[in-house]
Amino acid sequence: MCEVEGDYNGLECNQKIPVPTLNRKCMKCKEGAAVLIIRVNDAFCRACFKEYFIHKFRAMLGKNRVIFPQEKVLLAVSGGAASCSMLSQVQEGLSREAPKKLRFMPGIIYIDDGGACGRSAEERQRSNALLKSIFTETGFPYFIVSLEQVFSLPASVLVPGTSDPDPSNLSYKQAVDQYVKEKQTLTEENVASAVAQLSIGDSVYSHKHKLALERLFSSLKTLTAKEDMLQTLRQHLILHIARENGYSKVMMGDSCSRLAVRLLSNIALGRGAALASDTGFSDPRYGDVVIVRPMRDYSSKEIAFYSRMFNVPSVFISGLDTKTHDKASIQRLTESFVTNLQSDFPSTVSTIYRTSEKLHTVMPPQSQSAEPASKCLLCLCTLDTKEDCTTEYEFCVSA
Amino acid sequence: MAAPLVLHLEFGRRVHLKRTEIKKNKKRIHVRKRGGAELLFDGVKNHHVTLPGQSDPWDMKQLLAWIRGNMLKERPELFMQGDTVRPGILVLINDADWELMGELEYQLQDQDNVVFISTLHGG
Repeated sequence: MCEVEGDYNGLECNQKIPVPTLNRKCMKCKEGAAVLIIRVNDAFCRACFKEYFIHKFRAMLGKNRVIFPQEKVLLAVSGGAASCSMLSQVQEGLSREAPKKLRFMPGIIYIDDGGACGRSAEERQRSNALLKSIFTETGFPYFIVSLEQVFSLPASVLVPGTSDPDPSNLSYKQAVDQYVKEKQTLTEENVASAVAQLSIGDSVYSHKHKLALERLFSSLKTLTAKEDMLQTLRQHLILHIARENGYSKVMMGDSCSRLAVRLLSNIALGRGAALASDTGFSDPRYGDVVIVRPMRDYSSKEIAFYSRMFNVPSVFISGLDTKTHDKASIQRLTESFVTNLQSDFPSTVSTIYRTSEKLHTVMPPQSQSAEPASKCLLCLCTLDTKEDCTTEYEFCVSA
Repeated sequence: MAAPLVLHLEFGRRVHLKRTEIKKNKKRIHVRKRGGAELLFDGVKNHHVTLPGQSDPWDMKQLLAWIRGNMLKERPELFMQGDTVRPGILVLINDADWELMGELEYQLQDQDNVVFISTLHGG
Protein backbone atom coordinates (compact mmCIF):
# COMPACT_ATOMS: atom_id res chain seq x y z
CA MET A 1 0.00 0.00 0.00
CA CYS A 2 2.81 2.40 0.79
CA GLU A 3 4.05 2.45 -2.76
CA VAL A 4 0.76 3.85 -4.05
CA GLU A 5 1.80 7.33 -3.00
CA GLY A 6 5.51 7.63 -2.74
CA ASP A 7 5.69 11.03 -1.09
CA TYR A 8 4.77 9.74 2.34
CA ASN A 9 7.51 9.69 4.87
CA GLY A 10 8.18 6.46 6.71
CA LEU A 11 6.34 7.46 9.91
CA GLU A 12 2.96 7.85 8.35
CA CYS A 13 3.24 4.95 5.97
CA ASN A 14 1.89 2.31 8.37
CA GLN A 15 -1.20 4.21 9.24
CA LYS A 16 -1.94 5.48 5.77
CA ILE A 17 -5.42 4.85 4.50
CA PRO A 18 -5.03 3.37 1.03
CA VAL A 19 -6.49 5.53 -1.68
CA PRO A 20 -8.76 3.41 -3.84
CA THR A 21 -7.43 4.20 -7.25
CA LEU A 22 -8.84 2.43 -10.24
CA ASN A 23 -5.53 0.85 -11.08
CA ARG A 24 -6.81 -1.33 -13.81
CA LYS A 25 -6.88 -0.10 -17.34
CA CYS A 26 -9.47 -1.05 -19.86
CA MET A 27 -8.48 -4.32 -21.50
CA LYS A 28 -9.57 -3.11 -24.89
CA CYS A 29 -8.16 0.37 -25.37
CA LYS A 30 -5.52 0.00 -22.64
CA GLU A 31 -5.86 3.70 -21.87
CA GLY A 32 -9.12 4.46 -20.13
CA ALA A 33 -9.62 3.73 -16.46
CA ALA A 34 -11.71 0.59 -16.04
CA VAL A 35 -15.11 1.10 -14.51
CA LEU A 36 -16.64 -2.32 -14.85
CA ILE A 37 -15.74 -6.00 -14.84
CA ILE A 38 -17.84 -8.31 -16.95
CA ARG A 39 -17.55 -12.05 -17.45
CA VAL A 40 -14.75 -13.32 -15.24
CA ASN A 41 -12.04 -10.73 -15.42
CA ASP A 42 -12.58 -8.40 -18.35
CA ALA A 43 -12.28 -4.79 -17.31
CA PHE A 44 -13.79 -2.16 -19.58
CA CYS A 45 -13.75 1.60 -19.56
CA ARG A 46 -16.97 3.52 -20.13
CA ALA A 47 -16.53 4.24 -23.80
CA CYS A 48 -15.39 0.74 -24.73
CA PHE A 49 -18.23 -0.79 -22.77
CA LYS A 50 -20.79 1.29 -24.64
CA GLU A 51 -19.26 0.27 -27.94
CA TYR A 52 -19.21 -3.37 -26.88
CA PHE A 53 -22.83 -3.24 -25.79
CA ILE A 54 -24.07 -1.62 -28.98
CA HIS A 55 -21.99 -3.88 -31.17
CA LYS A 56 -23.35 -6.99 -29.51
CA PHE A 57 -26.91 -5.99 -30.28
CA ARG A 58 -26.18 -5.35 -33.92
CA ALA A 59 -24.14 -8.54 -34.21
CA MET A 60 -26.99 -10.57 -32.75
CA LEU A 61 -29.44 -9.21 -35.30
CA GLY A 62 -26.96 -9.36 -38.15
CA LYS A 63 -25.85 -12.90 -37.43
CA ASN A 64 -29.34 -14.29 -37.33
CA ARG A 65 -30.76 -12.37 -40.26
CA VAL A 66 -34.40 -12.86 -39.48
CA ILE A 67 -35.51 -9.26 -39.51
CA PHE A 68 -35.98 -7.97 -43.01
CA PRO A 69 -35.85 -4.33 -44.06
CA GLN A 70 -39.12 -2.42 -43.64
CA GLU A 71 -40.54 -5.19 -41.52
CA LYS A 72 -42.83 -4.23 -38.66
CA VAL A 73 -41.38 -5.37 -35.36
CA LEU A 74 -43.16 -5.13 -32.03
CA LEU A 75 -40.96 -4.51 -29.00
CA ALA A 76 -42.37 -6.08 -25.86
CA VAL A 77 -41.35 -3.78 -23.03
CA SER A 78 -42.05 -4.62 -19.41
CA GLY A 79 -40.52 -1.45 -18.02
CA GLY A 80 -37.54 -3.31 -16.59
CA ALA A 81 -33.90 -2.60 -17.35
CA ALA A 82 -33.48 -5.29 -20.02
CA SER A 83 -36.45 -4.36 -22.19
CA CYS A 84 -35.76 -0.64 -21.82
CA SER A 85 -32.13 -1.19 -22.82
CA MET A 86 -33.42 -3.09 -25.83
CA LEU A 87 -35.64 -0.14 -26.67
CA SER A 88 -32.73 2.26 -26.39
CA GLN A 89 -30.60 0.01 -28.61
CA VAL A 90 -33.32 0.01 -31.25
CA GLN A 91 -33.54 3.79 -31.04
CA GLU A 92 -29.79 4.04 -31.32
CA GLY A 93 -29.75 1.68 -34.26
CA LEU A 94 -32.44 3.54 -36.14
CA SER A 95 -30.94 6.97 -35.63
CA ARG A 96 -29.52 8.66 -38.66
CA GLU A 97 -25.98 8.90 -37.36
CA ALA A 98 -25.60 5.15 -37.02
CA PRO A 99 -23.10 3.85 -39.58
CA LYS A 100 -25.20 0.87 -40.53
CA LYS A 101 -28.72 1.81 -39.71
CA LEU A 102 -31.18 -0.80 -38.59
CA ARG A 103 -33.93 -0.98 -41.09
CA PHE A 104 -37.14 -2.14 -39.53
CA MET A 105 -40.22 -0.32 -38.27
CA PRO A 106 -40.70 -0.69 -34.55
CA GLY A 107 -43.76 -0.46 -32.37
CA ILE A 108 -43.90 -0.88 -28.59
CA ILE A 109 -46.24 -2.93 -26.48
CA TYR A 110 -46.58 -2.90 -22.72
CA ILE A 111 -48.89 -5.30 -20.89
CA ASP A 112 -50.23 -3.96 -17.63
CA ASP A 113 -50.58 -7.03 -15.46
CA GLY A 114 -51.42 -5.22 -12.26
CA GLY A 115 -54.74 -7.04 -12.02
CA ALA A 116 -53.01 -10.38 -11.68
CA CYS A 117 -50.26 -9.09 -9.39
CA GLY A 118 -52.61 -7.37 -6.99
CA ARG A 119 -51.56 -3.78 -7.64
CA SER A 120 -54.03 -0.99 -6.97
CA ALA A 121 -55.61 1.08 -9.74
CA GLU A 122 -53.65 4.17 -8.68
CA GLU A 123 -50.33 2.34 -8.82
CA ARG A 124 -51.19 1.00 -12.24
CA GLN A 125 -52.15 4.41 -13.53
CA ARG A 126 -48.97 5.89 -12.16
CA SER A 127 -46.70 3.35 -13.81
CA ASN A 128 -48.72 3.52 -17.05
CA ALA A 129 -48.26 7.27 -17.13
CA LEU A 130 -44.50 6.99 -16.56
CA LEU A 131 -44.18 4.45 -19.31
CA LYS A 132 -46.36 6.48 -21.64
CA SER A 133 -43.98 9.41 -21.27
CA ILE A 134 -41.00 7.15 -22.02
CA PHE A 135 -42.73 5.72 -25.10
CA THR A 136 -43.81 9.09 -26.43
CA GLU A 137 -40.18 10.24 -26.27
CA THR A 138 -39.17 7.49 -28.65
CA GLY A 139 -41.68 8.52 -31.30
CA PHE A 140 -42.66 4.93 -32.10
CA PRO A 141 -46.28 3.81 -32.13
CA TYR A 142 -47.10 2.13 -28.83
CA PHE A 143 -49.80 0.02 -27.21
CA ILE A 144 -50.49 -0.04 -23.51
CA VAL A 145 -52.76 -3.00 -22.98
CA SER A 146 -54.15 -4.31 -19.73
CA LEU A 147 -54.09 -8.03 -19.09
CA GLU A 148 -57.86 -8.01 -18.51
CA GLN A 149 -58.31 -7.56 -22.24
CA VAL A 150 -57.20 -11.14 -22.75
CA PHE A 151 -60.80 -12.15 -22.05
CA SER A 152 -62.02 -10.32 -25.10
CA LEU A 153 -59.63 -12.05 -27.47
CA PRO A 154 -61.11 -14.15 -30.26
CA ALA A 155 -60.51 -17.89 -30.26
CA SER A 156 -58.35 -17.50 -33.34
CA VAL A 157 -55.47 -16.49 -31.08
CA LEU A 158 -55.18 -20.14 -30.08
CA VAL A 159 -54.68 -21.25 -33.66
CA PRO A 160 -51.20 -20.97 -35.06
CA GLY A 161 -51.11 -18.81 -38.17
CA THR A 162 -49.45 -20.12 -41.25
CA SER A 163 -46.14 -18.65 -42.16
CA ASP A 164 -46.54 -17.38 -45.67
CA PRO A 165 -44.75 -19.71 -48.15
CA ASP A 166 -44.91 -17.05 -50.84
CA PRO A 167 -42.46 -17.94 -53.61
CA SER A 168 -41.82 -14.27 -54.28
CA ASN A 169 -40.31 -13.88 -50.80
CA LEU A 170 -36.80 -12.66 -51.23
CA SER A 171 -33.83 -14.05 -49.42
CA TYR A 172 -32.36 -11.76 -46.76
CA LYS A 173 -29.57 -10.46 -48.98
CA GLN A 174 -31.87 -9.79 -51.90
CA ALA A 175 -34.31 -8.00 -49.62
CA VAL A 176 -31.58 -5.75 -48.28
CA ASP A 177 -30.31 -4.90 -51.76
CA GLN A 178 -33.77 -4.06 -52.98
CA TYR A 179 -34.38 -1.88 -49.95
CA VAL A 180 -31.19 0.08 -50.47
CA LYS A 181 -32.21 0.83 -54.07
CA GLU A 182 -35.65 2.02 -53.07
CA LYS A 183 -34.49 3.96 -50.04
CA GLN A 184 -34.76 7.49 -51.33
CA THR A 185 -38.40 7.25 -52.34
CA LEU A 186 -39.52 5.63 -49.12
CA THR A 187 -38.34 8.11 -46.50
CA GLU A 188 -41.10 10.71 -46.70
CA GLU A 189 -43.84 8.13 -46.94
CA ASN A 190 -42.45 6.44 -43.83
CA VAL A 191 -42.70 9.56 -41.72
CA ALA A 192 -46.27 10.27 -42.73
CA SER A 193 -47.45 6.74 -42.14
CA ALA A 194 -45.66 6.51 -38.81
CA VAL A 195 -47.35 9.62 -37.52
CA ALA A 196 -50.71 8.33 -38.68
CA GLN A 197 -50.15 5.12 -36.77
CA LEU A 198 -49.37 6.65 -33.40
CA SER A 199 -51.98 4.80 -31.48
CA ILE A 200 -52.41 5.28 -27.81
CA GLY A 201 -53.96 2.00 -26.74
CA ASP A 202 -55.49 3.06 -23.47
CA SER A 203 -55.77 0.22 -21.03
CA VAL A 204 -59.52 0.14 -20.89
CA TYR A 205 -61.13 -2.93 -19.44
CA SER A 206 -64.52 -3.80 -18.10
CA HIS A 207 -65.24 -4.57 -14.47
CA LYS A 208 -66.49 -8.01 -15.50
CA HIS A 209 -63.10 -8.85 -17.00
CA LYS A 210 -61.31 -7.50 -13.95
CA LEU A 211 -63.30 -9.83 -11.72
CA ALA A 212 -62.76 -12.72 -14.10
CA LEU A 213 -59.01 -12.20 -13.97
CA GLU A 214 -58.97 -12.01 -10.19
CA ARG A 215 -61.06 -15.16 -10.00
CA LEU A 216 -58.76 -16.95 -12.41
CA PHE A 217 -55.65 -16.12 -10.45
CA SER A 218 -57.11 -16.82 -7.06
CA SER A 219 -58.19 -20.26 -8.26
CA LEU A 220 -54.55 -21.14 -8.89
CA LYS A 221 -53.15 -22.47 -5.68
CA THR A 222 -49.42 -22.17 -6.22
CA LEU A 223 -47.26 -19.23 -7.24
CA THR A 224 -45.63 -21.48 -9.84
CA ALA A 225 -48.96 -21.98 -11.59
CA LYS A 226 -49.77 -18.27 -11.38
CA GLU A 227 -46.47 -17.28 -12.95
CA ASP A 228 -46.96 -19.82 -15.70
CA MET A 229 -50.50 -18.63 -16.38
CA LEU A 230 -49.38 -15.00 -16.42
CA GLN A 231 -46.73 -15.83 -18.97
CA THR A 232 -49.22 -17.67 -21.19
CA LEU A 233 -51.83 -14.91 -21.07
CA ARG A 234 -49.22 -12.25 -21.79
CA GLN A 235 -48.00 -14.18 -24.82
CA HIS A 236 -51.52 -14.50 -26.20
CA LEU A 237 -52.21 -10.83 -25.77
CA ILE A 238 -48.94 -9.79 -27.42
CA LEU A 239 -49.58 -12.22 -30.25
CA HIS A 240 -53.05 -10.86 -30.82
CA ILE A 241 -51.95 -7.23 -30.88
CA ALA A 242 -49.11 -8.14 -33.25
CA ARG A 243 -51.49 -9.92 -35.62
CA GLU A 244 -54.13 -7.18 -35.48
CA ASN A 245 -51.66 -4.48 -36.37
CA GLY A 246 -49.61 -6.27 -38.98
CA TYR A 247 -46.46 -6.93 -36.97
CA SER A 248 -44.64 -10.01 -38.14
CA LYS A 249 -41.94 -10.05 -35.47
CA VAL A 250 -41.95 -9.51 -31.72
CA MET A 251 -38.76 -8.68 -29.82
CA MET A 252 -38.53 -9.78 -26.22
CA GLY A 253 -35.98 -8.43 -23.77
CA ASP A 254 -34.95 -11.67 -22.13
CA SER A 255 -31.35 -11.53 -20.95
CA CYS A 256 -28.87 -14.41 -20.77
CA SER A 257 -29.29 -14.79 -17.02
CA ARG A 258 -33.08 -14.82 -17.18
CA LEU A 259 -33.06 -17.33 -20.02
CA ALA A 260 -30.71 -19.61 -18.11
CA VAL A 261 -33.14 -19.54 -15.20
CA ARG A 262 -36.06 -20.12 -17.53
CA LEU A 263 -34.36 -23.08 -19.15
CA LEU A 264 -33.90 -24.88 -15.86
CA SER A 265 -37.31 -23.97 -14.48
CA ASN A 266 -39.01 -25.10 -17.68
CA ILE A 267 -37.35 -28.47 -17.37
CA ALA A 268 -38.67 -28.63 -13.81
CA LEU A 269 -42.12 -27.67 -15.07
CA GLY A 270 -42.18 -30.46 -17.63
CA ARG A 271 -41.62 -28.27 -20.68
CA GLY A 272 -38.48 -30.03 -21.81
CA ALA A 273 -39.80 -30.64 -25.32
CA ALA A 274 -40.33 -26.93 -25.91
CA LEU A 275 -36.96 -25.72 -24.60
CA ALA A 276 -35.60 -24.71 -27.95
CA SER A 277 -38.51 -22.41 -28.74
CA ASP A 278 -38.84 -21.11 -25.17
CA THR A 279 -35.21 -20.05 -24.88
CA GLY A 280 -33.77 -19.88 -28.38
CA PHE A 281 -33.17 -16.75 -30.40
CA SER A 282 -36.22 -17.18 -32.57
CA ASP A 283 -39.47 -18.84 -31.68
CA PRO A 284 -41.51 -19.76 -34.75
CA ARG A 285 -44.31 -21.69 -33.09
CA TYR A 286 -46.98 -19.11 -33.85
CA GLY A 287 -46.42 -19.32 -37.56
CA ASP A 288 -47.15 -15.84 -38.83
CA VAL A 289 -45.53 -14.01 -35.90
CA VAL A 290 -41.97 -14.89 -34.90
CA ILE A 291 -40.64 -14.08 -31.46
CA VAL A 292 -36.99 -13.04 -31.34
CA ARG A 293 -34.77 -12.47 -28.33
CA PRO A 294 -31.93 -10.13 -29.26
CA MET A 295 -30.86 -9.53 -25.65
CA ARG A 296 -30.11 -13.17 -24.98
CA ASP A 297 -26.37 -12.62 -25.09
CA TYR A 298 -26.30 -10.01 -22.32
CA SER A 299 -25.87 -10.89 -18.67
CA SER A 300 -27.98 -9.07 -16.08
CA LYS A 301 -24.90 -7.26 -14.85
CA GLU A 302 -24.09 -5.79 -18.26
CA ILE A 303 -27.66 -4.63 -18.71
CA ALA A 304 -27.86 -3.11 -15.23
CA PHE A 305 -24.57 -1.25 -15.69
CA TYR A 306 -25.47 0.03 -19.14
CA SER A 307 -28.84 1.14 -17.89
CA ARG A 308 -27.26 3.01 -15.00
CA MET A 309 -24.27 4.51 -16.78
CA PHE A 310 -26.10 5.73 -19.82
CA ASN A 311 -29.31 6.75 -18.09
CA VAL A 312 -31.72 4.45 -19.86
CA PRO A 313 -35.16 5.41 -18.56
CA SER A 314 -36.88 2.46 -16.97
CA VAL A 315 -39.67 1.93 -14.49
CA PHE A 316 -39.54 -0.69 -11.80
CA ILE A 317 -42.89 -2.46 -11.59
CA SER A 318 -43.34 -5.12 -8.96
CA GLY A 319 -44.49 -8.47 -10.22
CA LEU A 320 -45.99 -11.63 -8.85
CA ASP A 321 -42.82 -12.79 -7.18
CA THR A 322 -41.47 -9.53 -5.79
CA LYS A 323 -40.38 -9.86 -2.19
CA THR A 324 -41.27 -13.51 -2.08
CA HIS A 325 -38.98 -15.89 -0.32
CA ASP A 326 -36.66 -18.30 -2.10
CA LYS A 327 -38.93 -21.32 -2.12
CA ALA A 328 -42.14 -19.56 -3.09
CA SER A 329 -42.21 -21.00 -6.60
CA ILE A 330 -40.17 -23.23 -8.89
CA GLN A 331 -39.11 -20.22 -10.94
CA ARG A 332 -38.00 -18.32 -7.85
CA LEU A 333 -36.11 -21.28 -6.45
CA THR A 334 -34.31 -21.85 -9.74
CA GLU A 335 -33.38 -18.18 -9.95
CA SER A 336 -31.95 -18.25 -6.46
CA PHE A 337 -30.06 -21.48 -7.23
CA VAL A 338 -28.52 -20.21 -10.45
CA THR A 339 -27.63 -16.79 -9.01
CA ASN A 340 -25.96 -18.26 -5.95
CA LEU A 341 -24.06 -20.77 -8.04
CA GLN A 342 -23.00 -18.01 -10.40
CA SER A 343 -21.39 -16.05 -7.61
CA ASP A 344 -19.05 -18.95 -6.82
CA PHE A 345 -18.69 -20.28 -10.35
CA PRO A 346 -18.86 -17.34 -12.75
CA SER A 347 -19.22 -19.49 -15.83
CA THR A 348 -22.52 -21.06 -14.75
CA VAL A 349 -24.85 -18.83 -16.73
CA SER A 350 -22.73 -18.85 -19.85
CA THR A 351 -22.50 -22.66 -19.77
CA ILE A 352 -26.26 -22.98 -19.52
CA TYR A 353 -26.63 -20.45 -22.31
CA ARG A 354 -24.22 -22.29 -24.59
CA THR A 355 -26.05 -25.53 -23.92
CA SER A 356 -29.35 -23.90 -24.81
CA GLU A 357 -27.91 -22.78 -28.14
CA LYS A 358 -27.37 -26.40 -29.07
CA LEU A 359 -30.98 -27.38 -28.48
CA HIS A 360 -33.24 -27.93 -31.44
CA THR A 361 -36.85 -28.96 -31.60
CA VAL A 362 -37.26 -32.52 -32.84
CA MET A 363 -39.69 -32.49 -35.73
CA PRO A 364 -42.13 -35.37 -35.58
CA PRO A 365 -41.78 -37.72 -38.57
CA GLN A 366 -44.08 -36.75 -41.42
CA SER A 367 -47.09 -39.03 -41.33
CA GLN A 368 -48.64 -40.52 -44.43
CA SER A 369 -51.83 -38.52 -44.16
CA ALA A 370 -49.78 -35.28 -43.94
CA GLU A 371 -51.84 -33.95 -41.06
CA PRO A 372 -50.23 -31.10 -39.18
CA ALA A 373 -48.92 -32.21 -35.79
CA SER A 374 -51.37 -31.45 -33.02
CA LYS A 375 -50.52 -28.46 -30.88
CA CYS A 376 -51.05 -27.65 -27.25
CA LEU A 377 -54.00 -25.30 -26.85
CA LEU A 378 -52.28 -22.92 -24.46
CA CYS A 379 -48.67 -22.67 -25.52
CA LEU A 380 -49.09 -23.72 -29.15
CA CYS A 381 -46.07 -26.02 -29.07
CA THR A 382 -46.23 -29.38 -30.75
CA LEU A 383 -47.63 -31.91 -28.35
CA ASP A 384 -45.06 -34.24 -26.93
CA THR A 385 -47.58 -36.75 -25.63
CA LYS A 386 -49.74 -39.04 -27.69
CA GLU A 387 -53.49 -38.75 -27.31
CA ASP A 388 -54.09 -42.39 -26.44
CA CYS A 389 -51.50 -42.23 -23.64
CA THR A 390 -53.25 -39.29 -22.04
CA THR A 391 -56.60 -41.04 -22.18
CA GLU A 392 -55.17 -44.01 -20.34
CA TYR A 393 -53.80 -41.61 -17.73
CA GLU A 394 -57.22 -40.04 -17.34
CA PHE A 395 -58.74 -43.43 -16.74
CA CYS A 396 -56.19 -44.21 -14.08
CA VAL A 397 -56.77 -40.92 -12.35
CA SER A 398 -60.55 -41.21 -12.31
CA ALA A 399 -60.52 -44.86 -11.18
CA MET B 1 -20.15 -0.17 16.45
CA ALA B 2 -17.46 2.09 17.88
CA ALA B 3 -18.66 5.22 19.63
CA PRO B 4 -17.97 8.48 17.80
CA LEU B 5 -14.69 10.09 18.68
CA VAL B 6 -13.35 13.56 18.07
CA LEU B 7 -10.68 12.75 15.61
CA HIS B 8 -9.03 15.72 14.02
CA LEU B 9 -5.84 13.84 13.53
CA GLU B 10 -7.49 11.19 11.60
CA PHE B 11 -8.12 13.39 8.71
CA GLY B 12 -5.01 15.41 9.39
CA ARG B 13 -3.00 12.32 8.59
CA ARG B 14 -4.24 12.34 5.09
CA VAL B 15 -1.82 14.82 3.64
CA HIS B 16 -3.25 14.46 0.16
CA LEU B 17 -6.68 15.63 1.26
CA LYS B 18 -7.22 19.10 -0.18
CA ARG B 19 -10.50 19.79 1.54
CA THR B 20 -10.70 22.58 4.05
CA GLU B 21 -13.20 20.58 6.11
CA ILE B 22 -10.48 18.52 7.69
CA LYS B 23 -11.93 19.12 11.10
CA LYS B 24 -15.07 17.16 10.29
CA ASN B 25 -15.07 13.78 11.89
CA LYS B 26 -18.08 12.41 10.12
CA LYS B 27 -18.46 10.98 6.68
CA ARG B 28 -21.30 11.73 4.38
CA ILE B 29 -22.17 8.98 2.01
CA HIS B 30 -24.84 9.05 -0.64
CA VAL B 31 -26.60 5.74 -0.95
CA ARG B 32 -28.86 5.07 -3.88
CA LYS B 33 -30.93 2.03 -4.55
CA ARG B 34 -32.26 1.06 -7.91
CA GLY B 35 -34.05 -1.69 -9.70
CA GLY B 36 -36.39 -2.73 -6.95
CA ALA B 37 -33.96 -2.68 -4.06
CA GLU B 38 -35.69 0.49 -2.83
CA LEU B 39 -38.69 -1.62 -1.88
CA LEU B 40 -36.80 -2.79 1.17
CA PHE B 41 -36.10 0.77 2.25
CA ASP B 42 -39.62 2.22 2.33
CA GLY B 43 -39.50 2.96 -1.37
CA VAL B 44 -36.98 5.76 -0.90
CA LYS B 45 -34.27 5.63 -3.54
CA ASN B 46 -31.80 8.25 -2.43
CA HIS B 47 -30.39 8.50 1.05
CA HIS B 48 -27.79 10.83 2.39
CA VAL B 49 -26.34 9.25 5.45
CA THR B 50 -23.85 10.52 7.93
CA LEU B 51 -21.76 7.81 9.46
CA PRO B 52 -20.47 8.44 12.94
CA GLY B 53 -16.73 8.87 13.26
CA GLN B 54 -14.65 5.99 14.53
CA SER B 55 -11.00 5.13 14.93
CA ASP B 56 -10.77 2.73 12.03
CA PRO B 57 -11.84 3.96 8.67
CA TRP B 58 -15.22 2.77 7.49
CA ASP B 59 -15.11 0.00 4.95
CA MET B 60 -17.90 -1.53 2.86
CA LYS B 61 -18.32 -4.44 5.21
CA GLN B 62 -19.09 -2.10 8.06
CA LEU B 63 -21.32 0.03 5.89
CA LEU B 64 -23.40 -3.00 4.97
CA ALA B 65 -23.71 -4.00 8.59
CA TRP B 66 -24.71 -0.43 9.41
CA ILE B 67 -27.32 -0.42 6.64
CA ARG B 68 -28.74 -3.68 7.89
CA GLY B 69 -28.97 -2.34 11.38
CA ASN B 70 -30.20 1.18 10.66
CA MET B 71 -31.89 1.41 7.31
CA LEU B 72 -33.27 -1.93 6.25
CA LYS B 73 -36.97 -1.87 7.08
CA GLU B 74 -37.88 -5.44 6.24
CA ARG B 75 -36.65 -8.78 4.87
CA PRO B 76 -32.91 -8.47 5.44
CA GLU B 77 -32.34 -11.79 3.68
CA LEU B 78 -33.43 -10.20 0.40
CA PHE B 79 -30.61 -7.68 0.60
CA MET B 80 -27.82 -9.39 2.42
CA GLN B 81 -26.40 -12.83 2.68
CA GLY B 82 -24.02 -13.16 5.58
CA ASP B 83 -21.49 -10.34 5.45
CA THR B 84 -22.01 -9.34 1.88
CA VAL B 85 -24.86 -8.43 -0.40
CA ARG B 86 -27.03 -11.16 -1.78
CA PRO B 87 -25.83 -12.51 -5.15
CA GLY B 88 -27.71 -10.68 -7.86
CA ILE B 89 -27.37 -7.28 -6.23
CA LEU B 90 -24.77 -5.11 -7.92
CA VAL B 91 -22.84 -2.48 -6.06
CA LEU B 92 -21.37 0.60 -7.69
CA ILE B 93 -19.06 2.94 -5.85
CA ASN B 94 -18.73 6.33 -7.56
CA ASP B 95 -20.11 4.80 -10.74
CA ALA B 96 -17.56 2.02 -10.87
CA ASP B 97 -17.93 -1.69 -10.21
CA TRP B 98 -17.02 -2.47 -6.62
CA GLU B 99 -15.06 -5.50 -7.79
CA LEU B 100 -12.48 -3.05 -9.07
CA MET B 101 -12.32 -1.35 -5.71
CA GLY B 102 -11.80 -4.37 -3.54
CA GLU B 103 -15.46 -5.18 -2.79
CA LEU B 104 -15.87 -5.43 0.97
CA GLU B 105 -12.40 -4.11 1.74
CA TYR B 106 -12.89 -0.79 0.03
CA GLN B 107 -12.50 2.05 2.47
CA LEU B 108 -15.07 4.76 2.25
CA GLN B 109 -14.24 8.34 1.51
CA ASP B 110 -16.27 11.40 2.37
CA GLN B 111 -19.07 12.16 -0.13
CA ASP B 112 -18.79 8.74 -1.74
CA ASN B 113 -21.71 7.62 -3.86
CA VAL B 114 -22.83 4.02 -3.42
CA VAL B 115 -25.52 2.49 -5.63
CA PHE B 116 -27.21 -0.85 -5.10
CA ILE B 117 -28.97 -2.32 -8.14
CA SER B 118 -31.06 -5.45 -7.91
CA THR B 119 -31.07 -7.64 -10.98
CA LEU B 120 -33.39 -10.28 -9.59
CA HIS B 121 -37.10 -10.84 -9.83
CA GLY B 122 -37.80 -11.05 -6.17
CA GLY B 123 -36.90 -7.48 -5.28
